[in-house]
Amino acid sequence: MKIDGIKSVVIVGSGAIKIGEAGEFDYSTSQAIKALREEEIRTIVVNPNIATIHTDEKFADKVYSVPIRTDFLEEIIAKEQPDGILLGFGGQTALNCGVELAERGILSKYNVKVLGTGIESIEIADDRELFKKTMIEHGVPVPKSRKAVDLETALEAAREIGFPVMVRVAYTLGGQGSGVAFDERTLGEIALRGLAYSRIKQVLIEEYLEKWKEVEYEVMRDRDDNCIIICNMENMDPMGIHTGDSIVVAPSQTLTNREYNLLRETAQKVIRTLGIVGECNIQFALDPKSEDFRVIEVNSRLSRSSALASKATGYPIAYIAAKLSLGYALPELSNKITGVTSACFEPALDYVVVKAPRWDFQKFRKVSKGIGTQMKSVGEVMAIGRCFEEALQKAIRMLDIGRELTDNGIAGRSIERIRRELREPTDERIFYVTKALKSGMSMDEISRLSGIDRWFLDKIKNIVDMEKRIVKERTNPNIIRRAKEFGFSDKKLGRLLGKSEAQVRDYRKAHLILPVTKQIDTMAAEWPSATNYLYLTYGGEADDFEYAPGDRVVVLGSGCYRIGSSVEFDWCCVNMATALKKRVSEVIMVNCNPETVSTDFDILDKLYFEELSLERVLDILDKERPRGVVVSVGGQTANNLVKGLSEHARILGTTPDSIDTAEDRSRFGQLLDKLKIEQPKWDKLRSLEDARRFSKEIGYPVLIRPSYVLSGSAMNVAFNEAQLTGYIREAARVSRKNPVVISKFLTGAREVEVDGVCDGSRVFIGAVIEHVENAGVHSGDATMTIPTLSITGTVRRKILSYSRRIARSLKIRGPFNIQFLVKNRQALVIECNLRASRSMPFVSKTIGTNLMDLAAEAITNGTIKQGEGIHRRIGVKAPQFSFTRLDKADPVTGVEMVSTGEVACFGETFQEAFINALIASNFYIPKKDDAILISMGETRKGILPYARMLARAGYRIFATQHTAEEFSKNGIECKILYKVSEKKKPNIMDYLQNREIRLVINIPSHEGDPASHRILKDEYLIRRKAAEFGIPIVTNLELARALTKALVRHNARLQSKSQSMAEAFVSSGVPTTVMRAALGGLSPRTQPVPVSVPQTN
Amino acid sequence: MELAEPGKKGVLVLEDGSVIQGMGFGAETEISGEVVFNTSMMGYPELLTDPSYQEQIVVMTYPILGSYGVPPNSIRGDGGVPLHFESDSVKVKGFVVHSLSRPSHWSNQKTLDEWLTEQGVPGIFGVDTRVLAQRLRNKGTMLGVLKVSSSPVNLDAAALRVSGLQDPNKQDLVQKVSPKEPIYYDGKEKSTIVIVDCGVKYGILRSLLAKGARVVRVPYDFPADKILEMNPQGVVISNGPGDPKIDLTTIETTRRLMETEIPIMGICLGAQILGLAAGAETYKLKFGHRAVNHPCMDLETGRCFITTQNHGYTIDRNSLENTDFLASFVNINDKTVEGIRHRKKPILGVQWHPESSPGPYDTRFLFDRFFEEALKA
Repeated sequence: MKIDGIKSVVIVGSGAIKIGEAGEFDYSTSQAIKALREEEIRTIVVNPNIATIHTDEKFADKVYSVPIRTDFLEEIIAKEQPDGILLGFGGQTALNCGVELAERGILSKYNVKVLGTGIESIEIADDRELFKKTMIEHGVPVPKSRKAVDLETALEAAREIGFPVMVRVAYTLGGQGSGVAFDERTLGEIALRGLAYSRIKQVLIEEYLEKWKEVEYEVMRDRDDNCIIICNMENMDPMGIHTGDSIVVAPSQTLTNREYNLLRETAQKVIRTLGIVGECNIQFALDPKSEDFRVIEVNSRLSRSSALASKATGYPIAYIAAKLSLGYALPELSNKITGVTSACFEPALDYVVVKAPRWDFQKFRKVSKGIGTQMKSVGEVMAIGRCFEEALQKAIRMLDIGRELTDNGIAGRSIERIRRELREPTDERIFYVTKALKSGMSMDEISRLSGIDRWFLDKIKNIVDMEKRIVKERTNPNIIRRAKEFGFSDKKLGRLLGKSEAQVRDYRKAHLILPVTKQIDTMAAEWPSATNYLYLTYGGEADDFEYAPGDRVVVLGSGCYRIGSSVEFDWCCVNMATALKKRVSEVIMVNCNPETVSTDFDILDKLYFEELSLERVLDILDKERPRGVVVSVGGQTANNLVKGLSEHARILGTTPDSIDTAEDRSRFGQLLDKLKIEQPKWDKLRSLEDARRFSKEIGYPVLIRPSYVLSGSAMNVAFNEAQLTGYIREAARVSRKNPVVISKFLTGAREVEVDGVCDGSRVFIGAVIEHVENAGVHSGDATMTIPTLSITGTVRRKILSYSRRIARSLKIRGPFNIQFLVKNRQALVIECNLRASRSMPFVSKTIGTNLMDLAAEAITNGTIKQGEGIHRRIGVKAPQFSFTRLDKADPVTGVEMVSTGEVACFGETFQEAFINALIASNFYIPKKDDAILISMGETRKGILPYARMLARAGYRIFATQHTAEEFSKNGIECKILYKVSEKKKPNIMDYLQNREIRLVINIPSHEGDPASHRILKDEYLIRRKAAEFGIPIVTNLELARALTKALVRHNARLQSKSQSMAEAFVSSGVPTTVMRAALGGLSPRTQPVPVSVPQTN
Repeated sequence: MELAEPGKKGVLVLEDGSVIQGMGFGAETEISGEVVFNTSMMGYPELLTDPSYQEQIVVMTYPILGSYGVPPNSIRGDGGVPLHFESDSVKVKGFVVHSLSRPSHWSNQKTLDEWLTEQGVPGIFGVDTRVLAQRLRNKGTMLGVLKVSSSPVNLDAAALRVSGLQDPNKQDLVQKVSPKEPIYYDGKEKSTIVIVDCGVKYGILRSLLAKGARVVRVPYDFPADKILEMNPQGVVISNGPGDPKIDLTTIETTRRLMETEIPIMGICLGAQILGLAAGAETYKLKFGHRAVNHPCMDLETGRCFITTQNHGYTIDRNSLENTDFLASFVNINDKTVEGIRHRKKPILGVQWHPESSPGPYDTRFLFDRFFEEALKA
């Protein structure tokens, strides 16, 4: 039964999206809020991730958009006096914060009850040593391991455990020095090297389980000790590749009943031993040659895997976990899908689910593309099919990387290369597997090299063989039907058969080769269910229900999360869809991303967990016959379908022709000229020669921009002709069918954006947003502020007028975003997107008007009120980077987006909001006496006044040689540190490594300038080292200036506070996120500001 | 679907006239039986050899079968009982699946196709088993004919045969799967457990042998006196196929045993027999319980367990009123009786399979409890 006396609860969120902690926590937190509100419990959410749905006013009773840190939490707890706190729904960030709140006695001080899994259980699960000890005590097998302090103890340990062994080095980052030893000789080498690396001269000799099967169980337990398994999942990529970077299949495919249930029984034992109440994820390694297994890890909270399991089975894990946290027992709860059966059961699947990860390495300069034990992917998709072949092919397409499973054209050709890729995997792994099969390599060899079970290889070979058959047997209904069952797309079939996608579609329909609709009903048809959770498949004869005519609208989701398209577009989709529900009787969502709220079963009238491809969307339209389709809220993925869809269906909102006018950079340029709106000089790329001539004419640098792309793919600034040539080739590759435009790149210009909605004639301007950085930093990576800081009234009026003019002339119906460059009182339009933009959640929450509500009105032919949003307080949005996770990636911002997430904080002043936003994005705020390294390229003069301000404020300034000389000349005291190549002490690297430097300001030298290769490399090494050690890096001059001013002001405020309060925060070493190293130290003494006012409910 | 042997056809014809065509595998033959569906996602070797499936054609809702092949008989556990099988042969009469997979597993010895061929059991694949399960769910279990043939199948003839079928549940199915003579298994302990074998699953044997007991399997019609002569510390009335009301001798034997103080455990059919012996009633479920995910609640403690189920009949809860038994477990999905307990004596009957195989180990503790009682006696 429900625990008594819980009337209000604080729910701790996960903060910004970063590699390893993504949108899944938006899903879990929003379900938790739903579960609590049903019980009439007041919900108080703490999360600075502005783009999430659960931080909407309509979701929680109160939202604090502040950093997830104990000091902020304490203030909120003191103010709100909650009865309980939920820690399991905001990832590791929330869990760590909760443990710290408990350790500091804050929870007991305010008498706040930890709901669900207790602190003690969390600590055991998170502490490797303690976990191992506890498991061994309870007879649960864990990997054998022993510490070693010298060669002799290492050998002894290895003999005891048995070769091969894994040598792990204690206290190094990124697994430096670790390795696998197959015999005593290699062990000697690796152990000695490792001991040298280790700060405490210690290595861990561990049982080597690489290539064991990796299997996960999602387990739930209530406080009566009822315990169920929601789902088990098998990684196609075995141990050695992080599950987040593996292709995962549910349920397990290669486990016998005994193996499945041995692990199941152990999973129950583990959850009971730990005393978890709610949900946990347990990872196993299973010997591929026996029933031997080990428990590898437990996540005592909702996780990425639990979000996946929830979508894979239809079981609302997070919702039920929240109920269990409140004291309910599983048998007291019902299965929402059937409505009649109990929530205390284990879902039965009658389909296969395949999850595939998406990496975005191409966005990063110098990044290592290898994948291994550390997660590097930025998003994932989930595909449902009736056979593995179908689900896998769907999943690869859903990744939206322009490739199908069997497309492996550009991959290296030699057999040696293939072998290497199988042995040392990269993001191309799956394509190399198909390549290997095509090249005739035996499955045994592929399996031996890659560790992928033959079962999976056999299925992939079925696909490869089918492709050969298609080519050989040509078009015949039987083969086409079989190919469709194996998940081949019309487009791919068309390519194989020399036909167009449309021709294949027509052929298919003429031969009645059509997909059927199946429900995800959690019970494999055993019980009738009225569920609206659907997928399409060719592996069946009939739809699960009859389609009746109705007034419907289909909303296209945003698909796979990736850099440039993340939770913010899911926010737009969900808000648009819920707003449409008031105007349309049935709203249908199409999406394929398991980390989203839009794919929750109870958000909409119907959910198709499906591909966002033209073919599949048309399949759905054929069945649903909706009034229209909404393409404007799913980001670029949905927007790109406009052309194809408009031939078959009504696009709700702005007309396809207008969308094309805005997307086609050449057409858009002409429109601006016609409207007499200022824009940078531009030209459509016709030939390389033309481009060279034009660039010379307008003068370098120039910007190369392809059409129909998001987040600056292949967008580049060329400083000279050589760069121009290279970039044009790249742009032509990503935007083959669509025009590429060259325009003048303005240096030193301010960048401004407008987010708004238009109903065809009336325009509502949500906000005018200014970037802190000058133009040149991608808007996704820029620090943004509402209201603007430096824009004059005249320019502002111009911006508003241009925006309205464009909106009316394009007859926009729905959301739009226009980007401007502001320089010398000019406002130059550089881009216009006739769709929801990344910043719309931020704008909506700052002005208190949901732009999606207006957009829903506009696209359903309603009228909106003309006007402009009024900001309720100053809002600053800051990017979150994940460079630490990406080996070798250069942590520098530019025209291509590289951040993985964002946060926004609010305040009475810009500085206050800015500092909090930085803290929330895991940026350490240096305090007085901290050392700051300044290393400037050509712009070093620009930093002078600011360096002086920092020095005066009591910071210790370190600088590289040239910068230091400049500083000395101007009377700024600083210490010279030498670069790596200078091979002199004191060396920067040492200072970074021991974290004496707490902030790096490095404005990179221009590649275009004749700076020597050495300088560029040195600068890169500094930035990289800083990233590895979690030291914040500022690579933009304007940002450095803004930061300096904010720091000085912030410190002054701190000093004016009473000593005892300040002391209390000095001791708050803090770290609350996975990037523990990045944080620590003084925190701002500012009052957390709620975004919303409490609602009466 | 990779095993497609062109030309081998499979046809399933149901009582309601539906004709399901697919590809054939396993033995080329024609059989008839009661068509039922199971939603388990793994454990097909165990499932196929479960004697309770005698005379039944099983439809699997999970779409991929045969993934880990068929393990050898030589992998054995306590008392030399095979670990992956529930009897010495395939008991399912016909197998209906969506697709077949080439196997990959260290313990794989042969493919599912090879095994069924060898066992003379036909199978059909390429079937939308979800649609079929929905039909069976809505209309209830039906009789059907399954034919696998390399030559063209006469659909009309098959349909005709279906209309003339007799319900196998009217036959004495237990007799077909029960041993003719007692079978003895040695144990470390002196205690003897007698299994009244109505088609016992090896899983029950393994569970008892794991306790170290000496186990005797006696035929379903073995006289009570002779059982008592063996001086058992406990008696298990086993699972088995068909309608529990058919085997009057077993019911009578059970009634006799219930008069003594010997602890008794009834499993599945055995539980129904306990109920009938106590004077309660049983009835046939519309489409039965065949799955490994059914929640059963202990009515005394409120605790809930995930169970393996394979039963088409169940005990009528109201009919327990004037007996010595009470309902002790209930299925919280459809509220049917899943367990009965004697009001005074250590006699327990459960409709599900605490031995699992396939399925979860949640209720293996019932064997522990049974043994505790047996040792007390």
